[in-house]
Amino acid sequence: MLVAQRLTKSYQTGTHLLTVLRDVSFTVDAGDWVAIVGPSGSGKTTLLGLLAGLDTPSAGAVLLDGTDLGPLGEDARARVRGEKVGFIFQSFQLIPTLTAAENVQVPLELRGDRGATDRAREWLERVGLGSRLDHYPAQLSGGEQQRVAIARAFANAPRVLFADEPTGNLDSATGARIVELLETLNRESRTTVVLVTHDAELAARAGRTIRLADGAVVSDTRNGEASPTLARDVVAASEAAP
Amino acid sequence: MTRSWRGVATMAWRESRNSRRRLLLFMSAISTGVAALVAIDSFSANVTRSVRNQSRSLLGGDLSLSSRREFPAPVGALLDSLPRSGIAVARVTNFSSMATVARSTGARLVQVRAPSEGFPFYGTIETQPADLWRNFHTGPHALVDASLLVALDAHVGDTLTLGFARFAIIGTIVSVPGDAGITAAFGPRVYIPARYLGATRLLGFGSRAEFEALLRTPSAGEQSAFLKRERGGLEKAGVRIRTVQQTERNLTEAVADLGRFLGLVGLVALLLGGVGVASAVHAYVTEKRETAAILRCLGASGGQVLAIYVIEAAVMGLAGAAVGALAGIAVQFAVPSLIADFLPIDVDVRLEPTAILSGLAVGVVVATLFALRPLLALRHVSPLQTLRQTADPGTTTRRWRDLPAAGASLLLVASVIAVAILRTGAVKDGIAMSAGLGGALLVLTGSAWLLAVLARRTMRKGWPFVVRQGIANLYRPANQTRPVMLSLGFGAFLLSTLYLVQTNLLGRLRVSSESAQANLLMFDIQEDQLPGVDSIVRAAALRVVQRVPVIQMRIAAVNGRVVADSARRRGSWALRREYRSTYRDTLVPSEKVLNGRWFGARAPASGDSTYQISVDQGVAEDIGLSLGDVIRWDVQGSAITTRVTSFREVNFARFEPNFFVVFEPAALRTAPKSFVLLANAPDPAARARAQRAAVDRYPNVSSVDLSVVQETLGAILRRVAVAVRFMALFSLVTGVLVLLGAVAASRRQRIREGVLLKTLGATRAQIGRIMFAEYAALGALGGATGMLLSIAGGWAVMRFAFKAPFALSVGPLLAIAAGMVLLTVAVGVLSGRHVFRETPMQALREV
Repeated sequence: MLVAQRLTKSYQTGTHLLTVLRDVSFTVDAGDWVAIVGPSGSGKTTLLGLLAGLDTPSAGAVLLDGTDLGPLGEDARARVRGEKVGFIFQSFQLIPTLTAAENVQVPLELRGDRGATDRAREWLERVGLGSRLDHYPAQLSGGEQQRVAIARAFANAPRVLFADEPTGNLDSATGARIVELLETLNRESRTTVVLVTHDAELAARAGRTIRLADGAVVSDTRNGEASPTLARDVVAASEAAP
Repeated sequence: MTRSWRGVATMAWRESRNSRRRLLLFMSAISTGVAALVAIDSFSANVTRSVRNQSRSLLGGDLSLSSRREFPAPVGALLDSLPRSGIAVARVTNFSSMATVARSTGARLVQVRAPSEGFPFYGTIETQPADLWRNFHTGPHALVDASLLVALDAHVGDTLTLGFARFAIIGTIVSVPGDAGITAAFGPRVYIPARYLGATRLLGFGSRAEFEALLRTPSAGEQSAFLKRERGGLEKAGVRIRTVQQTERNLTEAVADLGRFLGLVGLVALLLGGVGVASAVHAYVTEKRETAAILRCLGASGGQVLAIYVIEAAVMGLAGAAVGALAGIAVQFAVPSLIADFLPIDVDVRLEPTAILSGLAVGVVVATLFALRPLLALRHVSPLQTLRQTADPGTTTRRWRDLPAAGASLLLVASVIAVAILRTGAVKDGIAMSAGLGGALLVLTGSAWLLAVLARRTMRKGWPFVVRQGIANLYRPANQTRPVMLSLGFGAFLLSTLYLVQTNLLGRLRVSSESAQANLLMFDIQEDQLPGVDSIVRAAALRVVQRVPVIQMRIAAVNGRVVADSARRRGSWALRREYRSTYRDTLVPSEKVLNGRWFGARAPASGDSTYQISVDQGVAEDIGLSLGDVIRWDVQGSAITTRVTSFREVNFARFEPNFFVVFEPAALRTAPKSFVLLANAPDPAARARAQRAAVDRYPNVSSVDLSVVQETLGAILRRVAVAVRFMALFSLVTGVLVLLGAVAASRRQRIREGVLLKTLGATRAQIGRIMFAEYAALGALGGATGMLLSIAGGWAVMRFAFKAPFALSVGPLLAIAAGMVLLTVAVGVLSGRHVFRETPMQALREV
């Protein structure tokens, strides 16, 4: 589903060439749940940007659902994103001037899909926000905003979902509920999920963990089946916490 | 306290670091207004000072006595006696006449000036070659405007014929004190020595001449003694007296009037800038709420937070005003070269500290006051916002009973009215102007609201996403509809109002190209010369369009009340003036009856010695006439009694003989008269031939080629139009700056949105189309509203300022509105171009 081939990303800062990713290669199968972890500055977000086609690598290639992103221009990559990719950000990234429903509609309408309104309502109902369709982001809590973002990501029926610290801006209880929601939707829609986090607990729930340090992959381990039981336990524990 | 204020100032300085450029852009909206005010006020001050320094040479002497008729014998005797008491006298006779040169075939109507020796007492007449004036009086010399040489195809050294006299052209006139350069455009000047005046034999019956005596008094005391002693007698004799002080006052008042009018345009530009500042600061405040909350958290009071931002605004306002003042100074140095020809003095351009400082002050006050109202919202930012963003950042809380806010609004309105009163110089005008501006702002705000409502209502689900997204941006929170509509609408309003007024004024002067209309005018034709002139015109293959009799007369009595000399002196101009009237039984195209009944071809009842007349509306208002009033006329010695039976509206701007008073034919048929003859020929050479033949045979008959006059007037009006366009340009530049400010205010949010849309799969073309839809809608309604307002504005200016009818020209207005749409889209898309550049990675990095 997703192939990274010898990805390298460098930036020219003055006279100095700063390499933030070095020769990163791996393959993610359809339906996988992969966590990319590592300390701050290890290149996690850069890698996510390259995998999603938000940025271009200095060397190497990304194949997304069989499409090589390398030769594509900015607009062509945008089209690929519109068709195959969903995003969840740490800071939600909702458009503040659009209502919850309108925010969910955006990727559908950009693609020219019909019935965007109904799909948006459907997805917002699924994430439990059926009564907040016409609210603006500023009128929603952080957890609610992230649920809108999740609805927006899934409404698109993406092949790959990229999540960047999706619980980073949330309290643990809300975060846990968000993770649970993500897992449920992932199971139901068989979406491939690539998640960037430095939250070990969250990473542990993924089927596979790729660890980065100083721009290089230092370990790539399979965790076996992600355990729904474990997820429930975490939720229960965090809700019980004072 | 001092320490805390120093802290506030320091904080203001640090806080502004990241936004100085943006704040300066907001504040630059006031720069053009300040520039206009500084330029205009400096120029006015320059002119006033120059007039004061050159006032004696403006008049040519300390006193000027003038008369439309030859000075009566007692006045002549008085003038002859003056040199004995130490008062020097120089005489000048001015009149129009035809001039020809033997070598060429042309003839031209010129302004002849025949000064005696000694003229002028002050200032010097510059000639080319230099110093010709010194020996001017030694022979039959003529000094002429260079334009006459061109018109007659003549050279220095040629012989110029005026009436029955011949003069050697010794050189050309460069400048005459007291004459504006433009004077020559109305008719080239010809100076001849006074002692050769008689030889021309041009000052006969019916000819119009002005007789002037210039006096140089040894001291101011003697001048006032002379005036005290002689004023009564001179005025009784119909002599007009002008002093240096009067001339100075008249000229400075005229310049001040012009300055006031242009200053108003500048003020409007400044206030428009103020509106721009307010809307930009409003958006700025929204962005600064977070910082304000942190400051409150750290112990700053609401007042201190407010002070930080007010200081920022005031300092940036000062910077914006300073930029404007510099631009104004630059313009001030350029203005004299544009309009020097219109002024009878050499303008001495200098920096005028008062004008510069007052421009700066008005700029800072306007910027600060307009910024204050939105800044007040920062007082209410709760420190809690650092923990939890409760309020919608797109809107600021409104508190209806917020006294400081109401006070700020009141202060703003009061200051605008005060500045308007100061600039117009009259309370009524100032209030009227503020009300007009307020009205325009209300209409524009109203149409912004209407646009938002329309956008919401008309939106259809079936429209393409990009269009819906663009249109929806018009009413969403933190939309820029109102500021953009205000700036755009106001810009369009000013621009098209100026345009409409200009085309209306030009339109009134246009000679219609219909072949039926005359393009050659001959006047001062004596009754016995008429058949001869007629045959000359026909011989030159011209068609005679009209022969109009002209009779000179004065008003002797109105409704039995005799207009005494004293009353004439104090009374209105309409009572005092000498009338040149005509008689006919039909109306001409340039007039229409407003009230009463046109007499037509009425046969007078026998024994009825009261004839009917029709009077121009303006003159009637001036005298206070009603229908049925009886006027007794003094027609060169004989009395004619008339009754007013109709009032007419006359368009005097048309190149046709128009008359204040038209008599029924029976009244004046036998009175002594001269004729005006109107003829038409498409061929300019034929017209020139007729002019030359007429002047060769009848030197007293003057003629004008109307197409030449029209060209001249057109050239003058085009130069006036340059000045008007210059002001329009100021408003337009302000409009663009305000527009930029309005768009820049929400730029950050737009870019964020655009980047996010790209992340979600939007192509650049889609984002471009969203922007296009939004700005095109804004531009269309802003332009349309401004256009409609300008029709009202143009009508009001024509109706009240020029007292003339208003004609609408839709095409150019639509073009202006279309230009506005283009401009808005260009500004909007250009300022949003970062969206195209930024990579979607930004969405990931931004936390």
